[in-house]
Amino acid sequence: MPTQINVNGAMHSVDVDDDTPLLWVLRDVVGLTGTKFGCGVALCGACTVHIDGVPRRSCITTVGSIGNASIRTIETLDANPIGKALQKAWLDLEVVQCGYCQSGQLMSAAALLAGNPKPSDADIDTVMSGNICRCGTYGRIRSAIKQAANQLGSSQESA
Amino acid sequence: MFSHRSVATAALLLLSTNVTLADSSGESLRAPKAFDSVRNRTERSVALFTEAGKVLQHPRCLNCHPVERQPTQGDDLHPHMPPVHGGPENRGTKELPCTSCHGPHNTATLGTGLKSIPGSDPWALAPASMAWQGFSLGEICAQLKDPARNGNRTLAQIEEHLAKDHLVGWAWHPGEGRTPAPGTQQIFGELIAAWIKTGAHCPKP
Repeated sequence: MPTQINVNGAMHSVDVDDDTPLLWVLRDVVGLTGTKFGCGVALCGACTVHIDGVPRRSCITTVGSIGNASIRTIETLDANPIGKALQKAWLDLEVVQCGYCQSGQLMSAAALLAGNPKPSDADIDTVMSGNICRCGTYGRIRSAIKQAANQLGSSQESA
Repeated sequence: MFSHRSVATAALLLLSTNVTLADSSGESLRAPKAFDSVRNRTERSVALFTEAGKVLQHPRCLNCHPVERQPTQGDDLHPHMPPVHGGPENRGTKELPCTSCHGPHNTATLGTGLKSIPGSDPWALAPASMAWQGFSLGEICAQLKDPARNGNRTLAQIEEHLAKDHLVGWAWHPGEGRTPAPGTQQIFGELIAAWIKTGAHCPKP
């Protein structure tokens, strides 16, 4: 029997086994390939999505465990001010090198700023430690998160 | 038709399978009855707790009872990867909660080298006051009895917690690729109950 899942605000009927990893469903069934397969064991963070706002590793999240929760993927990162600010900062600072891990990095960064609008370097290091970048763009990622946080803070003050 | 040799081989395979199954839970855990011969009540109490200590000091339990607010992993208690923090409520930080990776059940992985991600609902680190790593069994015993450090529990509540709590019980069902705690949660609960009944005496620190 097909499972109904809410991805980026749209309902999808997916005819897969309950123990199918969400990552497979997003990429192969729903057709959203922005979320990447990295390690497959929840260690690298490349597959990070938001489930009801909480960052989750989709490679080890079974579709049967989702229920009515809302899934948000990198494809709708720019649907809110935090995502927009992160996109701009990522481009301004040319964070990306090979880019493979970046959708996961951005989803984790978005969750970070949603919970902590003014993160310190230590806060960023702690939260982003779950996302690995083989190109070593960590310094630029940290700077971009701080730039996005500053931009969001300035827009709130001027509003 | 099976030859004698194939039957013998099958029997050997079965025997080795049984040995593997018997060894899969590591060392055994003796039930309270095994300590009936200890006539001195205080010594029996200490012996019962020492037996229960095989569980309390097992890596499946110690990994989430760290002194630092970061869990460890594996039978060698190596640092958790990624290097997460317990956070204010022992369930990770708001931005990187334990539930980012640990779901309500153990989950098989797609990768190699790590067969499953452990899970239980809830998944949490023990509070700082309940740190066990590096503690002697006597020190853990004293901590378990101290309401200031044990979550303000009575001994009856400690027994209930250890014998029935879901997350404690995970130690015997840790998912593929991990050694379970010895024995069963039932025997462990019986040991704790018998320890309390005999005066809840602790080993020397």
